[in-house]
Amino acid sequence: MATQHSRAAARLMMAPAVILLLGWMLVPLILTLYFSFKRYLPLRGDSLGKGLDWVGFQNYARFVTSSSFWPSIQVTLIIVGGVLVVTVLLGTLLAVLLDQPMWGTGIVRILVISPFFVMPTVSGLVWKNMFMDSTNGLFAHLWRAFGAAPVDWVSQQSLFSIILIVSWEWLPFATLILLTAIQSLDSEQLEAAEMDGAPALKRFWFIVIPHLSRAITIVILIQTIFLLSIFAEIYVTTAGAFGTKTLTYLIFQRVLESQNVGLGSAGGVYAIILANIVAIFLMRIVGKNLDA
Amino acid sequence: MARSVTTRRKIVYTVLAWGVGLLIFFPILWTILTSFKTEADAIAAPPKFLFFHWTLENYAVVQERSDYMRHLWNSIVIAGGSTLLGTVVAVPAAWSMAFVPSRRTKDILMWMLSTKMLPAVGVLYPIYLMFIQLGLLDTRTGLVIVMMLINLPIIIWMLFTYFREIPGEILEAARMDGATLRAEILYVLTPMALPGIASTILLNVILAWNEAFWTLNLTAANAGPLTAFIASYSSPEGLFFAKLSAASVMAFAPILVLGWFSQKQLVRGLTFGAVK
Repeated sequence: MATQHSRAAARLMMAPAVILLLGWMLVPLILTLYFSFKRYLPLRGDSLGKGLDWVGFQNYARFVTSSSFWPSIQVTLIIVGGVLVVTVLLGTLLAVLLDQPMWGTGIVRILVISPFFVMPTVSGLVWKNMFMDSTNGLFAHLWRAFGAAPVDWVSQQSLFSIILIVSWEWLPFATLILLTAIQSLDSEQLEAAEMDGAPALKRFWFIVIPHLSRAITIVILIQTIFLLSIFAEIYVTTAGAFGTKTLTYLIFQRVLESQNVGLGSAGGVYAIILANIVAIFLMRIVGKNLDA
Repeated sequence: MARSVTTRRKIVYTVLAWGVGLLIFFPILWTILTSFKTEADAIAAPPKFLFFHWTLENYAVVQERSDYMRHLWNSIVIAGGSTLLGTVVAVPAAWSMAFVPSRRTKDILMWMLSTKMLPAVGVLYPIYLMFIQLGLLDTRTGLVIVMMLINLPIIIWMLFTYFREIPGEILEAARMDGATLRAEILYVLTPMALPGIASTILLNVILAWNEAFWTLNLTAANAGPLTAFIASYSSPEGLFFAKLSAASVMAFAPILVLGWFSQKQLVRGLTFGAVK
């Protein structure tokens, strides 16, 4: 049906987007790979113009053996895992709740999704100061009201604080996607199960959850990709202190703060590999959907 | 009998859902309330919820002291400019993939998606270096370009899923009636695709407005949008809760309202059409 002419036109229309994305992907990627095999300390006078020393895999080895590497992996996994558990569990419950008959569904939905639209720097600072501050924060007031000693959340419970802030930002996303998925569930199936006398919990476990499994997988994959690179929430709250240095934050510090570009680039390559492992699974699901 | 049970159930669900909804919304509400307090009221113990001296002073102070207008303008230019530029590039690409698909269309789409998965921090220094070399550091132009590129895959994907829903028969009918390619795009496709294009633009303005990795790392005083402006409150002096709140409200209010209108598109845009 498509003529030779329209095919040529189609290719031409696609060209700008393809060229832009190809450049955006390849140029920085190749440079990162290149730097990762070089000794590159701009503050000590190294520059591209003078030529950089080839150091082989030294940066890769040093990045992994540095004392902050494994803690950063651990912190990353705890934050990503913690946020995923909180958002998927609460998101599923919330989606089921919002699917029930009630008055003012529209307004409740607006209340629930709002945190997603608050910029990360605002969420971080509002939670850090107005809720978690040990003298004037709302939590401190609440703790004192119950006769407990206020906690300085950001320094004493740093990982918990970050997980709380980031979960608050991402719960709306999980809820909204799971709600969309629940609403596509055939209600006749549920009614039939109810007629057959299946109790609510069983109906939820054997009908709703299997129906949601694909959506839950998608939520987990997409959130993982975004959560692996959370930055602003840590930048404005702990700035990487109190054991909250994620892999992303560690690389950022190596590259921009201590300006060890070679070492940071090696770290960057590790981060890219990590993200790609997750991405492969996500792409498979999205790709399958494309065929349908 | 049956009806009274459902009504009782409905009341329970309503109360429960509103309770949870208000709890989740509370930090935003609290920020809005605090922005109208004096600094003394903002840290009063026990906290004052509604009965305090309402004032607009914080908004005036934030405006004056920190050049809010400049950052607001930066946000508008960066979010709006990058989205419009991205849409101009994406519409033809998505159109051709949806209506003249080839064997490689799927691979191209998947590859575009994969560029979105590249962690920003992995390419931070190359971009930073290029920005210095090209004189783009701390300029709006630089940010518009980067923001356009990071959102381009999402824009193309969203447009593609919208375009694909337009039935091909309509196009064939137009062609049979002798419509040229130009007429086909202008008078048949565009009106049908407009709602999809509008939703795409809306979601991407929101994403670009809130982006906080590149905006924090590639800007300083000059081109910093609201994300960077708010981050400057992370090392405060003296009492600042009310001023922080006012600044925060001014940063999220416009986008929050836009966001409320984009619920449906959010799902489609962020799951790349996998959940509709």
